Amino acid sequence: MGTRFIVQRVGFVMLSLIALAVVVPILVIVGVIVVRGIGAISWEFLTTMPHDGMKAGGILPTIVGTLVLTFGTAVAAIPVGVGGAIYLSEYARDTLFTRAIRLAIVNLAGIPSVVYGLFGLGLFVLFLHFGTSILAGSLTLAIMTLPVIISTSEEALRAVPTEYRTVIASLGGTRWQGIHYIVLPQALPGIITGVILGLLRAAGETAPILFTVSAFFLPRLPHSPFDRTMALPYHLYVISTQVPGMPHEIQYGTALVLLALVLSMNLVATLIRGYFRRRRPW
Amino acid sequence: MVMNTPEDDPFIDRPAKVQIENVSYWYGDQLRLRNISLDIPANAITTLIGPTGGGKSTLLRLINRLNDLLEDTRMVGRILLDGQDIYAPEVNVSELRRRVGIVFALPLPLPGTVRENVLYGPKLAGVRDPTRLEEILVRSLKQAALWDEVKDRLDEPSNALSGGQQQRLCIARSLAMEPEVLLLDEPTSGLDPISTGKVEESLFALKKHYTIIMVPHSIQQAARVADYAAFFLGGELVEHQPGRNIFTAPRDKRTEDYITGRFG
Repeated sequence: MGTRFIVQRVGFVMLSLIALAVVVPILVIVGVIVVRGIGAISWEFLTTMPHDGMKAGGILPTIVGTLVLTFGTAVAAIPVGVGGAIYLSEYARDTLFTRAIRLAIVNLAGIPSVVYGLFGLGLFVLFLHFGTSILAGSLTLAIMTLPVIISTSEEALRAVPTEYRTVIASLGGTRWQGIHYIVLPQALPGIITGVILGLLRAAGETAPILFTVSAFFLPRLPHSPFDRTMALPYHLYVISTQVPGMPHEIQYGTALVLLALVLSMNLVATLIRGYFRRRRPW
Repeated sequence: MVMNTPEDDPFIDRPAKVQIENVSYWYGDQLRLRNISLDIPANAITTLIGPTGGGKSTLLRLINRLNDLLEDTRMVGRILLDGQDIYAPEVNVSELRRRVGIVFALPLPLPGTVRENVLYGPKLAGVRDPTRLEEILVRSLKQAALWDEVKDRLDEPSNALSGGQQQRLCIARSLAMEPEVLLLDEPTSGLDPISTGKVEESLFALKKHYTIIMVPHSIQQAARVADYAAFFLGGELVEHQPGRNIFTAPRDKRTEDYITGRFG
């Protein structure tokens, strides 16, 4: 009795410490960035162009660049990713071919992002002559995002009970009608989660945009998909390592904006997901 | 198998709605049905009885080609609906399944309201006219003996209904397609005696218009509802007779053993 009680106490304390070890670093990181960066945040910082070698002025083009790139990534990756997941979950039979596809997806998820960057440089920038552009950057980020979207979407689709598909078939429905009326709506919250995870990762990545779209210093807003643009993660890298004598406050302020942008996109997406979940009768 | 004669089989001269001709069926390399031949009379309740694993549900699902959804299966023989081979290449499977509805052992309401559930079939078939849909809704729910209980709850989610109501909702959902044949796979297995009684009552009313093929959930139920009964054992059709005969005068020793409760 006594020993069991002690074992339980020790176990409990250890688990609590592990939980703290996860939470504390996050709090410290966020805390430091907020405390040291908040002073830089002003209306002017968010809405004007940088000047004086980026040591003064705002970071507007980097914010716009990241939003545009994320949007472009979404446009390219969502249809392909969700479509691929529908194919794998609803249509593909278990063959050597589909196994190869699945294996490829799993492996793609493990490729370092700088490799995607070089791949994008080779394929989009050079071979397809898109140049260093938003188009090339978005497509590179989309390819990096695809494995996440495909595997989480496929899982969400597979979680929809087989019986629903059988019932729809028994009512004279085609396979596509079953997907359209039942399977997709049921899987939608899970699919949205996958899309969020993928896009947030894309929004914060530096390496894939390094060679494909990012401008070191370009104090104007992009006008076409073939323009280059600045982007928050790359800008943060630049002002932290490439520009001597950069005021710390601007560095932390930029990090804070990136953090806030990613978290608020996360929040919006979570709200959308909640909306679709409520619309389901159960 | 014992053959029937006109004297003891009043259905033998009736035109068969569904004809099963020398059907064998494999799942993987497992033989599930061995050379089944059976004529199913129109406007009657035919029950498929026998212990679990005898091939009753498998046969049922072959009649509306639901087994098409499974991989690695093989069938030989023919199944005819009104004399037409339902496995012929020109057959439209969606249309076939509208003509041959099925109700499963567990109530499987789809996501959505009571109204949406009943109208899935007609909507999938492209019916859009609201007056027509409303007609179908009321008729189907009345035929399934559910109308009085749900007429004020049509826009509630279907899973708010009780198990018995959900199962009758599934029957209504099949009836909404105005099928010619209704396949019932142990439709009352999850229901209490009162709900079971209601379902059976609606079956009696339905057989005037429909051909019903049913796997009953007990011999007692088979005896109550069967116009015609076929006994399956280990993938073989042992015998088939009008309902009263198979229960009172089984011709095969194995049928008798099953009916009297010696196995199964």
